Amino acid sequence: MEAAANQITQQPVLAKHYVTFRAGELFFGIDVLQVQEIIRHQSMTPVPLAPAAVKGLINLRGQIIAALDLRSILGAESGISDERTMNVVVRADDETISLLVDSIGDVIQVDERDFENVPETIAPHIRCILHGVFKLKNELMLVLNSGACMERE
Amino acid sequence: MSELDETIKEFLVESLENLEQLDRELLALESDPTKIETINTIFRIVHTVKGTCGFFDFRKLEKVSHVGENLLDSLRSQKIAVTEVIITTLLRLSDTLRELLANIEESGCEGDGDYSELVGLLTSLNEQKITLTSEAISINSKSEGSVDESSVVLLKTQVSEEGQDDELQRMFYAAQSEWQNASSLEAPGAAAVPESSQIGAAENQAPSTVADGSESPKVSESKKSELSESSLRVDVNLLDKLMNLVGELVLARNQILQFTKSQNDGEFASTSQRLNLITSELQEGVMRTRMQPISTVWNKLPRIVRDIAHSCGKKVVLEMQGKETELDKTIIEAIKDPLTHVIRNSVDHGIESPEKRLAAGKGAEGVLVMRAFHEGGQVVIEISDDGAGLNTERIRAKALEKGLITSDKAASMGEAEVNRLIFLPGFSTAEQITNISGRGVGMDVVRSNIERIGGAVDVASNPGKGAKFTIKIPLTLAIIPALIVTTNNNRYAIPQVNLLELVRIEGAQLKQSIERIQGSDFYRLRGKILPLVYLDEQLGLSAANSTKSGGGILNLVVVRADNHQFGLVVDAIHDTEEIVVKPLGRLLKGISAFAGATIMGDGQVALILDIVGMARKAQIAKKEAAAKHEESRSNDEGKTSERKKMFVFELGTNKRAAVPLDQVYRLEEFPVQALESAGDHIVVQYRDGILPLVDLRGIYGEPPEISEGSLRAFVHLSGDRFVGFVVERILDIVEQCVNVERPYPKQGLVGSAVIQDKVTDLLDLSAILQLAELSPKHSFDAREAR
Repeated sequence: MEAAANQITQQPVLAKHYVTFRAGELFFGIDVLQVQEIIRHQSMTPVPLAPAAVKGLINLRGQIIAALDLRSILGAESGISDERTMNVVVRADDETISLLVDSIGDVIQVDERDFENVPETIAPHIRCILHGVFKLKNELMLVLNSGACMERE
Repeated sequence: MSELDETIKEFLVESLENLEQLDRELLALESDPTKIETINTIFRIVHTVKGTCGFFDFRKLEKVSHVGENLLDSLRSQKIAVTEVIITTLLRLSDTLRELLANIEESGCEGDGDYSELVGLLTSLNEQKITLTSEAISINSKSEGSVDESSVVLLKTQVSEEGQDDELQRMFYAAQSEWQNASSLEAPGAAAVPESSQIGAAENQAPSTVADGSESPKVSESKKSELSESSLRVDVNLLDKLMNLVGELVLARNQILQFTKSQNDGEFASTSQRLNLITSELQEGVMRTRMQPISTVWNKLPRIVRDIAHSCGKKVVLEMQGKETELDKTIIEAIKDPLTHVIRNSVDHGIESPEKRLAAGKGAEGVLVMRAFHEGGQVVIEISDDGAGLNTERIRAKALEKGLITSDKAASMGEAEVNRLIFLPGFSTAEQITNISGRGVGMDVVRSNIERIGGAVDVASNPGKGAKFTIKIPLTLAIIPALIVTTNNNRYAIPQVNLLELVRIEGAQLKQSIERIQGSDFYRLRGKILPLVYLDEQLGLSAANSTKSGGGILNLVVVRADNHQFGLVVDAIHDTEEIVVKPLGRLLKGISAFAGATIMGDGQVALILDIVGMARKAQIAKKEAAAKHEESRSNDEGKTSERKKMFVFELGTNKRAAVPLDQVYRLEEFPVQALESAGDHIVVQYRDGILPLVDLRGIYGEPPEISEGSLRAFVHLSGDRFVGFVVERILDIVEQCVNVERPYPKQGLVGSAVIQDKVTDLLDLSAILQLAELSPKHSFDAREAR
């Protein structure tokens, strides 16, 4: 009875949209409200002495943002050449950063009830940048915590 | 208007703004005469005008506002009631004030208008209270009656001048009736007649008296105030946004200009040129909107000085010069704390107690002088006191005690260098920790705060006479000039404020001039040892201590950070550019080598180097100390062949000669037409005096006949007089070991040496001078020239 009531009050937030993308072998999603835009590969200025995952700085219409290579955070090798990587520009903690990913998927609507905490089986260095996972029909979508990506670096 | 000083302008703007409010308030008062707050506001406004103009010696303004204030005071204390007449008169007061202010704005003085009638009117209205509000008749002195009489006479003239003004007529009669009251002392009851009926009665008689009044043009109203309309208050956020947009525009402009270079379209080129000019002007304009006079910070200082001086029982006078010096708002905010700290330090530590001062033969009052001025695109703030100065020995001892320096170093440090130790973290010499300063978090915070905004701070001390702190800060932070360099194919920007000079070392010089001391490289720049920092190495782009002589060219950017200089070795040096500083995100904040990033003309991002951070990272101070140590050691070992700087020139084909550089005051070129003669000598006019010329080519025989072209000469300071030595061609300034030999003796020669692999004669200038003075053709007694 109480559970049912809970579910009713939660109804409005149930339908959340996620931008999905792939990096390495993993499938990620990020809340669509956090995503500013998705752009093609941009020329970058490398930053010496920066953390390894920081690929460089991008000029995004006059705004300078750092590009974080998600694959490098995951410790994954990517077969995709640099020119074909995509930038997912996200806002995290009052700051805008760009996440470099292999490919962009659809914007999908998920049911909040399919949300689960990060399974223990996922490697710790990946687990710490995730909010949780969604069980989709065919695979798991990892919900990325972009703020944590920055923290880690 | 032009000679009006800033303060008066400020006063005008403020007063005119207030007068706008005054009108509004008066009208509000009219609609609700009982509202005491409104009267209070009006009183305050008039009071402010009066108070402020008292400073400037504007007598008329002061007089008019003073009587106005009196009337308002009576209103405020409810001695008299607000009437239409009073409101009207007060509005006239407001007009008059505006007229006076307009005169001041226009000509700097109050003009020759006569305002005594208004003064009289205001006075009489004020005195009404006595007759109209008190039950008993209080006017019984004859003199007061006569004052009123005169005011009524004045009123009369005024009314006949501005006859059309109904209000004034009414006022006139109100005043007149009042005067009648005052003068008819024998009929006390008359005075108690209510005001309104008096006025009403007076009004009835009015037309006949003033019917002949003609309409005279009202000058006062036509004089619109220009100042209050020409300035308005703007939200700072809006200005910040504008600044950002201009920053973007500057970047877009740079991009366009870059693109223009690759185009051959004339029209496009001229359009982009115009865009360039407009952008620059816009940038300057917007920048100026954010400028504030330094007095916005300084104004708080007298109070601080007074309080500190008081609490330490000292007497201090604060003098300020250059209050109007303007700075960007953000910088004004950033220097607030450091300035306060330096001031505190000067009062607390610098200036002695009155007793000590008197004992030292100074006045009991210490003097603290603050001076601000612009210099070379920077703002310089000097804070000097006439106190005891820095105690160099105590600083040295303290630094040793706290382990900030080694004893070796302490011994070798010069006085100025020791004084700068006060900027080190954890340093404080105060014998007694006061609540003001002396906790060891003092000057180092000042320094780091100043450096954070790209500035520098230094101290100079004159023991017993005082100390002077010099703070240099950039005008603005948002858009700065910077030098663009490349290393490993990436561009980096070096802020101009850090830049001292650019040096390019090529070929053979490269091997000779780079020295390696304790594993680090040094370059000897004009005799001074300069630590070299390889940018690629610092940025982790290449291995440390790798050989750097590839290509045989070394590009050095000599920069300054803290109090150190070092040469930053880069691959290539490009132009200077105006860059817009953008902060690095949180991800990259921790990298001390970068101060931010900017967008270049081609749209790419370039990193801005943080020279101060880089100096710390490269441990410049340590390297410098090591080099100095090494140098002093090698000097002790024997000065067999000293490096000397020589000025090399040619005195004809294959006749090379040189003199030590320190004997050369200036290099000059004189056109032959400028040559004149004084007596037998060739002279030129030089710096408001006459400069004798000695042709050095003469020492090898007859000098060539001078017919056309120009003469190259170097000016030598001999004693207290200048002598010009004419040479054939100026070759170079060389620094190297000079081994003097004397293959053949000759007058005027010290000997010969191999300089730059060529035999070069070393001249003995004083001997040549003597020689020249013997020969009438060349000699010249400079005393004659005086």
